[in-house]
Amino acid sequence: MSSLVPMVASTVVAATPLIYAALGETVVERSGVLNLGVEGMMLIGAVSGFAATLATGSDAVGFIAAAFAGVALSLVFGFLTLNLQTNQVATGLALTLFGIGLSAFVGYNLAGLPVNRLPPITIPGLTAIPVLGDLLFHYDIMVYLSVALFIGVQWFLTKSRAGLTLRAIGESPGVAHAIGKPVLTTRYLAVLFGGATAGIAGAYLSLAQTPMWVEGMSAGKGWIALALVVFGTWKPTRVVVGAYLFGGVTQFQLFAQGFGLPIPTEFLSMLPYAATIVVLVIICRDPKTILLNQPASLGHSFHSAA
Amino acid sequence: MLRLERRATPSSTMRIASPVLAALGMLVTGFLLFSALGKDPVEAFYLFFVKPLSNSYGIGELLLKTTPLLLCGLGLALGFRANVWNIGAEGQLTMGAIAGGGVALWFGDSDSSWAMPLMLLAGVLGGMAWAAIPAFLRTRFNTNEILVTLMLVYISQLVLSWLVHGPWRDPQGQNYPQSQGFGDAETMSVLIDGTRVTWGIVYAVGLALVAWIFSQKTFAGFRMQVAGLAPAAAAYAGFSEKRNIWIALMLCGATAGLAGICEVAGPIGRLQQQISPGYGFAAIIVAWIGRLHPIGVVFGALLMSLLYLGGEAAQMGMGLPSAITGLFQGLLLFYLLAADLFITFRLKRAGVPERPAPKAATTLENAV
Repeated sequence: MSSLVPMVASTVVAATPLIYAALGETVVERSGVLNLGVEGMMLIGAVSGFAATLATGSDAVGFIAAAFAGVALSLVFGFLTLNLQTNQVATGLALTLFGIGLSAFVGYNLAGLPVNRLPPITIPGLTAIPVLGDLLFHYDIMVYLSVALFIGVQWFLTKSRAGLTLRAIGESPGVAHAIGKPVLTTRYLAVLFGGATAGIAGAYLSLAQTPMWVEGMSAGKGWIALALVVFGTWKPTRVVVGAYLFGGVTQFQLFAQGFGLPIPTEFLSMLPYAATIVVLVIICRDPKTILLNQPASLGHSFHSAA
Repeated sequence: MLRLERRATPSSTMRIASPVLAALGMLVTGFLLFSALGKDPVEAFYLFFVKPLSNSYGIGELLLKTTPLLLCGLGLALGFRANVWNIGAEGQLTMGAIAGGGVALWFGDSDSSWAMPLMLLAGVLGGMAWAAIPAFLRTRFNTNEILVTLMLVYISQLVLSWLVHGPWRDPQGQNYPQSQGFGDAETMSVLIDGTRVTWGIVYAVGLALVAWIFSQKTFAGFRMQVAGLAPAAAAYAGFSEKRNIWIALMLCGATAGLAGICEVAGPIGRLQQQISPGYGFAAIIVAWIGRLHPIGVVFGALLMSLLYLGGEAAQMGMGLPSAITGLFQGLLLFYLLAADLFITFRLKRAGVPERPAPKAATTLENAV
């Protein structure tokens, strides 16, 4: 039992950035836009959040700065794909390449500097419960906010009028436009939301998970978040479950070392990437799964006047 | 007010002019960036774009870095034409280096004349084997190749890391994570004295010509192009989608694998943890800048190579991080995507009546 608690705790910490990034991308994709720039926006979020916290000493300022940085980058993506109708796959890749370059450039003075890890919050009464307190009520604020984000996104997509409009636009922008729904505005807002969550996800890496800035520190997590959206068949609940499963896979390394399994660390580090491939195969094997769940207009530009 | 109007036919002038515009946009942004950083922009430009090419060693370095960019860019361009989004050339390059490097280590210091051909072959096959995974998964299980090829990049780098930390580590290497240096027969000879440029650039340019012939003159190349431009037409004509995907990925695996072995058997001379500063990713931009055309890719690769050299020069001469290369790369691709808008659209003053766009402007005759 005593070894289980830290394993669960580290799984949650590993899953949290994936939850932020993947839930944001879920909303983006439900509106019919495919933004492959998550990795780039995460890195920009990581470096700007780190720099802001380093300068001000405030974690809140760091996360807000990261969200704005992600929004700024997604604005570029929105302008190119929504206004100029560029290819979404190509533009998303460009965003990632740009984000990798820009974050490394901006952050080259920041490597190796320390910030304090985002502290866990204490909930009076609950944190003190033996085992359960450590298991559930001993996390930093962003973990709890990620749960709130999940509830919010789930409510928005299934229960709110605006969410239904967004989904309609993702399925059939032409029809939505014909009945007077604002296709471009909705897609813009979705893209900006995805930018903010990806930025926060990045800042969680550099402020909470490993409190420092390292070039390219997201190490493919943005791409894993994209895979999680497919794995979750564009449904927030499954996306979050997937994120926790992945968080668990990344922690297998500690588990194996704890039990003295003679596996080279490199092979254990491969697990999340290999698991992503396996998961994609399982989900995509039946074309019907994708056909039924994927937003019908995903990746297609929409131009009303043409 | 200006507004956009669809052109009657896509402009072939803009198709060529757009990369030039994008490069200009990148330069203007660079000018502003250098100014903002408090550097003299003219001096910075000289240091970044001119000085690296001011002597024969510099030209050699340019060609040396062009080699992997060109090889990967060629393979990617052929795939992108067929709508196969392989973004994992970096992983295929790494596997090529591992397979070819493994052969080199097996030969040890032997001066067998078989060594180099077998290494090159192993490199090509290694890259192809790695690209076969996404090809198989896409054709058999309908799995998105973007994510699979990218995940395989990380896996290949970890395989390399394991090899140079473990089984293939040089026992006399003071615990550095690197293999033994390759023998003389296992190292590619230098093409021009006084530089480090190897025969790799000759292979790369030769393959550019082969790729041009393949894409313009062969039926397989035609099928891939139709599949990319008009998937419905390709299906109607009975062109096998699966065959196109396999060909696209195998070609890129082969060229990227060759790039990998040319790097480790050339300038690096051994296997080590880091063998490529992201050539496989930069090659995505190379392919686009080159308009997915094999001859265009040659120019794209030269430009990208110059950005790498400039980044190194900026690091040494101005104390700027070499990551500025990545920044310029991203900017270049952004500007290119934006400029490409004017291939199919033109700017018109509002108030001038719109010409009716002819129907079905993107038929095959226009596109091919």
